[in-house]
Amino acid sequence: MDSGVFFTTYQADMALRRTPLQKLRLALFILFVLVFPFIGNNYGVFLMNQIGIATIGALGLNLLVGYTGQISLGQGAFLAVGAYTAGVLVTKLGVPWYVTLLIAPLFTAFVGAVFGIPSLRLKGLYLAIATLAAQEIIIWIVTHWDSVTGGVHALVVPPPMLFGVPINRDRYFYWLIWGTVGFTALTIANLLRTHYGRAFVAIRDHDIAAEIMGIDIFKYKVLAFALSSFYVGLAGALIAHWRSIVTWERFTIDVSIVYLAMIIIGGLGSISGSLFGAAFMTLLPAVINNVGMAFKDVFPRLEEWIPYLQQALFGLIIILFLIVEPRGLHKFWQDLKNYFKLWPFSY
Amino acid sequence: MDTFIHLTVSGLTNGLILALAALGFVLIYKASDVINFAQGEFLLVGAYFIYAFIVQFGFPWPLSLAFTLLLAVILGVLVERLVLRPLIGEPIISIIMATIGLSSLLRAFVSMIWGNVPRSMPPFIPSQPVRLGPATVTADRLWAVAIAVVILALFTVFFRFYKEGIAMRAVADDQQAAMSMGVSVSKIFAWAWSISAVVAAIAGALLANIVGVGPELASFGLHVFPVVILGGLDSIPGALLGGLIIGLIESYVGGYIGLGLHQVIAFVILVFILMVKPYGLFGQERIERV
Repeated sequence: MDSGVFFTTYQADMALRRTPLQKLRLALFILFVLVFPFIGNNYGVFLMNQIGIATIGALGLNLLVGYTGQISLGQGAFLAVGAYTAGVLVTKLGVPWYVTLLIAPLFTAFVGAVFGIPSLRLKGLYLAIATLAAQEIIIWIVTHWDSVTGGVHALVVPPPMLFGVPINRDRYFYWLIWGTVGFTALTIANLLRTHYGRAFVAIRDHDIAAEIMGIDIFKYKVLAFALSSFYVGLAGALIAHWRSIVTWERFTIDVSIVYLAMIIIGGLGSISGSLFGAAFMTLLPAVINNVGMAFKDVFPRLEEWIPYLQQALFGLIIILFLIVEPRGLHKFWQDLKNYFKLWPFSY
Repeated sequence: MDTFIHLTVSGLTNGLILALAALGFVLIYKASDVINFAQGEFLLVGAYFIYAFIVQFGFPWPLSLAFTLLLAVILGVLVERLVLRPLIGEPIISIIMATIGLSSLLRAFVSMIWGNVPRSMPPFIPSQPVRLGPATVTADRLWAVAIAVVILALFTVFFRFYKEGIAMRAVADDQQAAMSMGVSVSKIFAWAWSISAVVAAIAGALLANIVGVGPELASFGLHVFPVVILGGLDSIPGALLGGLIIGLIESYVGGYIGLGLHQVIAFVILVFILMVKPYGLFGQERIERV
């Protein structure tokens, strides 16, 4: 029986997936993602696309909040920057859509770095309030800069073309979205193994100790804001191309809160946790909606209550997770694995 | 000149109501270092309670106000006991998220009971126009100003001369030291939350009288941040002055510049203050250097 995991080479120790079981689970997950569009129905594929985009955004936010310890309430606004940049580039300037998938994240990274500058002097609560201001200011600019963003009206983005074929169906988009999820997860997992990633974690754990050990806090904090916003901008650009309509209502403060809830419920500072959280927060409203519709004949008022039930459960689940299991679904998953590792002799 | 006076008066009255909302916020932060993102929802709940008692149950307004304040006390104590007490000692992001979750929960309950449609409220405070020199204001705004000033004055006195007020300041300064001097910290936390809920309920009742009740009252919660950052997160005079300044600036910007800029100017000021003087006008500075 295993009494621990031991490595005989450095390569094995530094690998992303270190045990056969981990490799098997990853392989099964990838297989599931590859097979899903052929077996799932339209609604399932639509939900999977939503989960994929939410995962990219949650991974980006987790890099900033979970790994670097900088609280951000501006996620929704950075998504908006990505989405509007992509949308405006395609509609106003005629830039090919695949190029916007690079430019929009880069521009969002720049905006994120600018709003990361206050982190030089602020931390914790004050930084959270500064990012809240960033959220309000960016959304105000988006809704008032009529000539570029269309103001409060929707910006209509034409469907992306690939080899003369429009990618306008959820099933086609699925591959683009989940390919990007793979890219995001892989780059972030690798980033965390470099000295940049270790510097981020050191800043999170104790900023003063990190500075004494020779980490330039300001540089790494701004870098964390920029990198995190890069991925968020990528998610925003995907939203613009997939939904083909960009409106400011999709990027309000509520969206920032949903993303924060994703990484808290999934697990701060965990890549698989970001996926769990994104899936959980995307499926929760869908499940409530379906259950509510199923019971609407029994309880006639239920149908109009569905949005409020979603809102109430959202709040309740955040509070319950924080009180009962602050480390999120990721911790549940770890406990489950540990339990079965030594099963049936769990002590 | 008339416009100027008109803008000044409306800015001052808005600012005082903002200051009241900010006061509840500051009280909680002072006593327990918790930032309450649900302050706007406390206000919302207070407004709907008084609406329910006056319009739906038909009680006279003094009785309704008394019931509303009683319910606010209960709400404050419940929130402290059930949500915040288990989170003592947790990192700041947990506490921020818990109050955000609470705000979502409260808003959902209000919508479930009263729906999402804004309703007008028969004024229980007289609201006929009053001439004030060259400007005209409605009487309910003057009442709001008077009530806000009285409450702010009461709290200044409370914190200076009363045993509970001094105990609250002691807890805010150093919880362990306060505990060793025989102050019950958990009781102080319950006090802070219930007082804060009461103040929010009063602000909610005043707003209900001026603009009616509706779910958008909760947006006052986010508006409070520029006020408290400007004044200093742990300062009651700061909440008053911050509220007045933000109220005036919003009023002038809305009146003279327009373009919807008044919706965002407070947040621009907020960023500026955070860059230049993060602890605000009167906030206690906690300097940490490497």
